[in-house]
Amino acid sequence: MLASSITEDSVAEDVRAMHVHVDPDKCQGHNRCKLIAPELFVLDGMGLAREAGDGLVPPAQIDAAQRARANCPEFAVSLRRAP
Amino acid sequence: MTRSPARDWETDFDHLDPRWAADPYPIWAALRDHCPVAHTDRFEGCYFPSTYAAVRAVSYDTTHFSSRRVIVRDQRVDPLPAPPITSDPPEHKPWKQALLPFFTPDETAKLESRTRQLCHDLIDAFPHGQCDVAEAYTRHIPVRVIAHLLGLPEEDGDLFRGWIHQVLELGITDPTVVMPAAVEMHTYFAGHIAARQHQRGDDLISKLLGLEIEGVPASPGHVIGMLRLLLIAGIDTTWSAIGAALWHLAEHPADAARLRAEPNLMPTAIEEFLRAYAPVTMAREVIRDTVIEGCPMHAGHMVLLSFPAANRDPALFPEPDRVILDRAENRHAAFGLGIHRCVGSNLARMELTVAVETFLQRVPDFRLNGPVRWAIGTVRGPRSLPISFSL
Repeated sequence: MLASSITEDSVAEDVRAMHVHVDPDKCQGHNRCKLIAPELFVLDGMGLAREAGDGLVPPAQIDAAQRARANCPEFAVSLRRAP
Repeated sequence: MTRSPARDWETDFDHLDPRWAADPYPIWAALRDHCPVAHTDRFEGCYFPSTYAAVRAVSYDTTHFSSRRVIVRDQRVDPLPAPPITSDPPEHKPWKQALLPFFTPDETAKLESRTRQLCHDLIDAFPHGQCDVAEAYTRHIPVRVIAHLLGLPEEDGDLFRGWIHQVLELGITDPTVVMPAAVEMHTYFAGHIAARQHQRGDDLISKLLGLEIEGVPASPGHVIGMLRLLLIAGIDTTWSAIGAALWHLAEHPADAARLRAEPNLMPTAIEEFLRAYAPVTMAREVIRDTVIEGCPMHAGHMVLLSFPAANRDPALFPEPDRVILDRAENRHAAFGLGIHRCVGSNLARMELTVAVETFLQRVPDFRLNGPVRWAIGTVRGPRSLPISFSL
């Protein structure tokens, strides 16, 4: 389904590190992620986004990361927990 | 000129029909249920995808759908090149990449304080207690911001709005008005380009004249094509978005009160206004037969590509007809999907945010005070928006 659940990663007791990733083949530069979670994303000179650093999401930013994913019109933002 | 009313929306739709222009949302909802791609013999043959999935599929498919004509008209006219919006791959990418650096969030933020001052100046001039917000406010904002960005006289705004009205509204039913407007624009821009050939400024026209597209310096003709895009696409689109947001707030005082009380909600609310009242409907031309969402689509027909319809699809947006200021998941398509994502989306978002914020700060207790008139055709927004307010 296109509509992804915004809460599927938000298991409070899960302490595994979370990483965010922007698929460069999908990003079209809407900049919604950058507006929602400015610390988690960087833009290049054309306004296309990628994750900041290695994409590690600090615990305080997990909600912002989930909102960034849930608002990307191109479905380019993904989140994953370390296995 | 009189048009016959649409017989039904599945096989004879007409987005210029007054019923569609006044309130398209119930029509689209009915189509989505059993006809995800409608068709009409009007417009020399045209399809209408009404679901998010169908709009998305067409937007992503540059093999079967061309952007060379981006406006559905009663009669086809020769395409007016305005790259990159009218370009297909592989030509599209270098043109898009040339423009993108001028429209990043950081670049558009440089125009914010001037935009805010402009909004305050317009409100300072409001007549006492009531006014037409479309006349006195929304229609002036994008045209002056674009003029400033391009380095053109802000007083030429009436000229720009006249061309846009001819190309985007009158020209849909009367093809004879399109070319004269295009010729006037060409002459106008050629003069401003000539003036910059020997002395460049720091305006966007000067910067475009210095561009290289795939190693080839942009010619004045190339620059005129890009200016045509920036002028036509950058003005009544944002004007419509601002007007629709203010119309909503005039009709829903509780939402206006909530935004005044919770200013941090503004970015989320702005995206929700963009979703619910997306002003821009684009077009494609089918260039190879294909099937979208089970519906055959034949080469030679146009496609009315309605991002506003995609944005009201309950498959992606629960309660799509409700404006939910804090909607948490909102992948709206107001700026398009795929490679043709609106190059000016950051500029539009900044103007919309500043215009709504300033209006809420300055104009207390505003209410609708008369009939609203909506633009017809490719861009939907209030062209007359009478309100009353307390002082």
